[in-house]
Amino acid sequence: MSTFELLMQGFGVALQPVNLMWALIGSVLGTAIGILPGIGPALTIALLLPVTITLAPESAFIMFAGVLYGAMYGGSTTSILINTPGEAGSMMTALEGNKMARAGRGAAALATAAIGSFVAGTIATLALTFIAPAIAELAFYFRPADYFAITVLAFCSVAVVMGRSRTRGFISLFIGIALGVVGIDAMAGQPRLTFGMMQLLKGIELTVVLVSLFAVGEMLYVASRYRSVPGTMVSIKGQSWFTRNDFKRSWAPWLRGTAIGFPLGALPGSGSEIPTMLSYTLERKLSRSGEFGKGAIEGVAGPEAANNAAAAGILVPLLTLGLPTSATAAVLLAAFQNYGLQPGPNLFSNNPALVWGLIASLYIGNCMLLVLNLPLVGLWVQLLRIPRPQLYAGILVFAMIGVWGLAQSWVDLTIMALVGLMGYVMRVYDFPIAPVLIGLILGPMAEGYLRTALAASQGNPVALVSTPVSATVMTIAVLIFALPPLLKRLKADA
Amino acid sequence: MNLKSAVLPAALALGLLTGAAQAQVNVMLPAGTGGGWDTTGRQAFAAMNAAGIYTGGVNFTNTGGAGGTIGLAEFLSTSTGSADALAVFGAITVGAIELNSSPINLAEFRPVARLTAEYLVIAVAANSDIDTLEELAAALKANPGGTPVGGGSAGGVDHIALALFAQAAEVPVADLNYIPQTSGAETVTGIVNGTLVAGISGTSEFSQFAEQGRIKILGVTSAERRESLPDVPTFAEAGYDVELANWRGVLAAPGAPDDNYSMWVENFAKLAESDAWKQVLATQGWDDYYLGGEEFGAFIAEQTETQGQILRDAGLVN
Repeated sequence: MSTFELLMQGFGVALQPVNLMWALIGSVLGTAIGILPGIGPALTIALLLPVTITLAPESAFIMFAGVLYGAMYGGSTTSILINTPGEAGSMMTALEGNKMARAGRGAAALATAAIGSFVAGTIATLALTFIAPAIAELAFYFRPADYFAITVLAFCSVAVVMGRSRTRGFISLFIGIALGVVGIDAMAGQPRLTFGMMQLLKGIELTVVLVSLFAVGEMLYVASRYRSVPGTMVSIKGQSWFTRNDFKRSWAPWLRGTAIGFPLGALPGSGSEIPTMLSYTLERKLSRSGEFGKGAIEGVAGPEAANNAAAAGILVPLLTLGLPTSATAAVLLAAFQNYGLQPGPNLFSNNPALVWGLIASLYIGNCMLLVLNLPLVGLWVQLLRIPRPQLYAGILVFAMIGVWGLAQSWVDLTIMALVGLMGYVMRVYDFPIAPVLIGLILGPMAEGYLRTALAASQGNPVALVSTPVSATVMTIAVLIFALPPLLKRLKADA
Repeated sequence: MNLKSAVLPAALALGLLTGAAQAQVNVMLPAGTGGGWDTTGRQAFAAMNAAGIYTGGVNFTNTGGAGGTIGLAEFLSTSTGSADALAVFGAITVGAIELNSSPINLAEFRPVARLTAEYLVIAVAANSDIDTLEELAAALKANPGGTPVGGGSAGGVDHIALALFAQAAEVPVADLNYIPQTSGAETVTGIVNGTLVAGISGTSEFSQFAEQGRIKILGVTSAERRESLPDVPTFAEAGYDVELANWRGVLAAPGAPDDNYSMWVENFAKLAESDAWKQVLATQGWDDYYLGGEEFGAFIAEQTETQGQILRDAGLVN
């Protein structure tokens, strides 16, 4: 069956009234949490995981896709109107967007952000539609050594790129791997790090760690930092709307932002910060108006497009190889595992309705979000009036109920308290969170592939780099790890 | 606001109470939702309801992990001595108890019914030189380490099937290179790209890949040839005494009252005869493998003995 027919079937799934309703709920929720600073899509989906277990998987994923895209839209609104990025990907938007709002062009900034997100989201979804099945077919020929090399590459790039220093990145990564080792060793069936506790035999539930790190750790951090409602809100009443000239200046940055965001989103470790930063720098270099720093529309259009395109980009390695490249992707992977589904090449052949329904819902979600965001901006910003203490406390309570609901286990709640505190300490001392999740998810996978590759070759380590793919990927991983300090040293000597 | 804060807890409490009052039987499903045990338990009670055998409320608990031993341990501590407390388990639990040196003793529980079975098949790549079970046995004998075989978790039914095959072919079980894979699909991938020489999994998981022409199925562990795989010989036909099924069944709590226990044995006996259950078996692709009450108990004891011996032979358990 051709990709197009499969996509049409996907629309058949996504356009069912009940799924449209979930897409709408997801989009509304996503926009709301995008607007609220400190609450991101990863946290929201993590909190929803225990609750959605009774939903059909298609419906749950369609809702999650809405949350993911909605957060991108919502984040830009806060950045532009009150100069506080609602989430990390909107940091660059705040630079020019808030200046535009202060200069009376806030409506135009919101419009270019929303339309740019729509354009980028649509193009990137199109790219995902046609690239993903090709990669999925390729993945059938990958051997365990190839997969092991890819996981090593993911480890290295995540630990090196994310966070303030490599040491912090690797410490986070190894905490994650250590958590992933707990439970029954899949190869020999022996218990590891269970300290004689029956409840630890099944391992540490990814959902529990996610909720602890995001809800408990992150909320403690945010609550300890935000003392009062930040900044003042610029009102957009009576401001001039998006003009023909604005469009002329926006379309090229939208396209460039998409071109930067989509491939970078697919790479491990880049998240949404790097593509948006690159896009902003590029637009600044290309600009001749001299308006940059005073509210240039290009500086909003480019990063916003890059941000949304990156969000679609992370779905490529996730759906095709089962490889999460960001915290949000890690949460989505946990969602798949909750339903007993393993993303990877077989997902496309075993669950076409789910995969194509999810992809189709991305198109629908984009249209919905455009409608939700442009005319209703005034309504959305009212959310910022919710008092913080109640909001954060509510999230903590909701998180605890969710974790308890998973398995009614006191052990899970204890783990939640411990990991949550660890998450807070990590945030305070600038340790990145994402490597913990990547280590927890990919650690056991890497171990399985490593041991399968070694066992199949009867313990000969050369097998690990014996295929072209594994040798190439392993070399890149070593370069990512070793090159930057080497270059630094060479520069210092010169 | 005051009204709201008073009404909400009251409504919650009411909901919990009615929920508790309605639930007449508590069923432990020692696996995550959506898996084989979960489906077996839920479908069995749905069929009982449809056939009018048991129409009361059912309260399911899912506690997954470690081949069902975690869920059964919880069941043991919460339900010992209670009436109307049942747990689903299966062939994998038997090996898992040995492997994890779990404190659970299956003989303590009261055996209600063995319900379903899925037979296992062994397969090689479509372009492999190996065409028959005899040739696979010869390859294993010549170089057991260089003939890696993939399948489900260590000590599970797939592993035990391979060990039985090796014993029948006079290959030392401890020399086998068995590599556990996370899923049947993963095993197929390993066979196709040459990482694994052969793989073992349930019939339903492998037959679709055989139809696609990616793998060749060499043998099936049932006593007679399968209708769905008419060209695949049984192990017994080829002269290897390997008859093994991935079976699933139901236990009652240790010390459950006698009359209540016999009622459930009776209910499941009726279920096995019902059209509703036959419909479930057909749609799920399961085999009827009913065995009731004490006879099932004897079967569990025998399985515990043979599987334990195989695991000791494989060097997995001391």
